[in-house]
Amino acid sequence: MLMSKVLRIENLRVAIEGKEILRGVDLTIKQGEVHALMGPNGSGKSTLSYALMGHPNYEVTGGSVTIDGEDVLGMEPDERAKAGVFLAFQYPTAIPGVTVANFLRHAVTNVRNPERKEGQDLIPMRDFRKEMRQEMDELGMDHEFARRYLNEGFSGGEKKRAEILQLAMLRPAFAVLDETDSGLDIDAVRIVSEGVNRVSAKHSTGVLVITHYERILTYIKPQFVHILFGGQIVEEGGPELVKQLEAEGYDWIRAKYPEAARLAAELEASQQDQGVGV
Amino acid sequence: MSSTSPATTTAPTGFSEEAFETFLQGRDEPGWLVDRRREAFARFKAFAWPTSRDEEWRRTDVRAFKLDAFAPPALHEPGPAAKAAFEPLWKSLSSHYGTGVAHVDGAVVRKPDPASLGGAVFVDLETAVKDHPEILRKHLLTDVVKPSDDVFAALHGAFWSGGSLLYVPEGVKVELPLFSIAGLSADGRVDFGHTLVVLEDGAEATLVRETASVGRGETPGLHVGALEVLQGAASKLTLVNIQNWDDATWHFTRERAVVGKDASLQWTVGALGSRLSKVNQEVALAGEGSAAQVNGVMFTTGRQHLAYFTRQDHQAPHTTSDLLYKGGLKDRSRVVWKGMIRVEKDAQRTDAYQKNDSLILSDSARADSIPGLEIEANDVRCTHGATAGRVDEEMVFLCQARGIPRATAVRLIVEGFFANVYDRITLEPVRETLRRAVAEKLGNS
Ligand SMILES: Nc1ncnc2c1ncn2[C@@H]1O[C@H](COP(=O)(O)OP(=O)(O)OP(=O)(O)O)[C@@H](O)[C@H]1O
Ligand SMILES: [Mg+2]
Repeated sequence: MLMSKVLRIENLRVAIEGKEILRGVDLTIKQGEVHALMGPNGSGKSTLSYALMGHPNYEVTGGSVTIDGEDVLGMEPDERAKAGVFLAFQYPTAIPGVTVANFLRHAVTNVRNPERKEGQDLIPMRDFRKEMRQEMDELGMDHEFARRYLNEGFSGGEKKRAEILQLAMLRPAFAVLDETDSGLDIDAVRIVSEGVNRVSAKHSTGVLVITHYERILTYIKPQFVHILFGGQIVEEGGPELVKQLEAEGYDWIRAKYPEAARLAAELEASQQDQGVGV
Repeated sequence: MSSTSPATTTAPTGFSEEAFETFLQGRDEPGWLVDRRREAFARFKAFAWPTSRDEEWRRTDVRAFKLDAFAPPALHEPGPAAKAAFEPLWKSLSSHYGTGVAHVDGAVVRKPDPASLGGAVFVDLETAVKDHPEILRKHLLTDVVKPSDDVFAALHGAFWSGGSLLYVPEGVKVELPLFSIAGLSADGRVDFGHTLVVLEDGAEATLVRETASVGRGETPGLHVGALEVLQGAASKLTLVNIQNWDDATWHFTRERAVVGKDASLQWTVGALGSRLSKVNQEVALAGEGSAAQVNGVMFTTGRQHLAYFTRQDHQAPHTTSDLLYKGGLKDRSRVVWKGMIRVEKDAQRTDAYQKNDSLILSDSARADSIPGLEIEANDVRCTHGATAGRVDEEMVFLCQARGIPRATAVRLIVEGFFANVYDRITLEPVRETLRRAVAEKLGNS
């Protein structure tokens, strides 16, 4: 494939409020590849995705993230989006009073014209609306949905669909899907997965699927599977790793990586001391 | 500067006895009106000037306001430049609404077209004094707003000049929205306009009022106004005030609507301009089954200080009021909002709601929000609340994560903050005007 980009995460260390959560993560995703990231609750999967997107609360204390060798960590989140990074949030924030359509029109305008200055024209309404409606149809969403305020009062499933609608409209080079399958009914997992596959087929999107369950991975088939534990990727393999986790859980990981298990337990304990709940 | 401006034709003697007599002599008004003005002037002189010891002035410091730096309004024809300054606004409002009236520097420059009123009376107030004295004698500053209300109401009662009368006879429905403009130009210093709206039983109308300043620079301006609304049974009124003076202008006004049996009022306030505002906005649910919806959009920048005192007076049973004021504050600006829901003993089955939300956009801005209830009936539902907060960084991040730069993100979030009040406003051009004004104020500085 021509001009295939590479997203490279190297020895990434991330702290939240001074506490180190990621302790050196290495992960390389090429455009067009599908990766799965699994790991027990609290292992740092969402931390990785937030850090990748540049959330201000996630402090990068070491390592690097690059796209084709270009530093990503120095970029503002909007620059990262323009550079081709997309994150489908595990818990999408609501923005009262801002409609899905208005939000998306601004997003699409900015991402498709990275050189755009504030105040310059948005993409034409007609073209935008047509495209958005097509994508909504594909995702089985009512057009009325575009007039609702973003994520406000959305059901769990509606939020996840709205994330995928954004993915489809923004056509990123790399997409991280943080538990997009959670909260979706069985049919919705399929519809949403097909949406992701369509986008990645069309735009050669490199996908990182974060999940706890095998189901979504039967639709979005990963070539690579990574297990994050205690802030590090401890196991890597192919789809067979998913089967093994599904069958055996994480106990064998804990047994195999006592040092990571100790760190994970330590972190959990320190959180309980401070009353930080999940 | 034009030689006909009040600042030069009237010596700046402030609002003294002598100035009052000169003011009266210049106007040739009927005896009943002169008497009323004299009575109001006596009240004005008897009132003590507000100090920080007065409840409504505790948070609003008017020591920098020097009334005597201004002179009473004088009847004069504004110069061509002053008139031209407000043509764009006139054209814009004319394109959205029906007929209108415009004042520049306190003098009427455009009069409504009677042909498009369908039997209603909509005239400038000086014309009304000549042509409709019976309506004014009955209602002008007699029972809705009174010179005895406070020192500015008294000052207004003595010196009001310009403004308009909207009278809609029984059963008449005015199709197109009417509008009025009050403008202060580079030549003008004061506007003392008065608005009187009377809807008889079953009448319907929409009135959009806008104030604006053009090209005045740092020259202080002064508005001392009043708005009186009387609604008969089953009448419907949509009323809009957009206050958009420049930030060198002082704005003092008292506004009250008395809503009759089964009548309904939708009243939208855009509080955008002025250096300092002190506004009392009141709805009286006087007739059984009456309803009022009050919408407020405030946005302050620089060192603006806006003080709004709202009141929902439930005087009759089965009445409804629903007030939502939202404010955005930038720079060192300050907003004081104090609301009161009052339910009288007889006003059983009242349903009253009152809410004020503020979005603080700078460390030095400050919002004081003081909801209040006084309830004497026992079978009522009253809800009130106030919130104040910052732009949520999680929302900013979500926007940025989708490629929207920070400044745009903040603008979207601020617009979104006002959306639930815009959603209540039925006039699209009003929503658009408010939206644009907020965007503009958000953008500069
Ligand atoms: N804002 C925060 N403040 C404090 N601790 C946090 C914060 N966000 C995450 N953490 C902690 O960081 C650790 C990793 O959390 P993270 O959300 O990345 O886990 P996860 O792998 O996504 O878990 P899950 O499978 O439950 O979604 C957890 O111990 C969590 O409590
Ligand atoms: Mg997570």
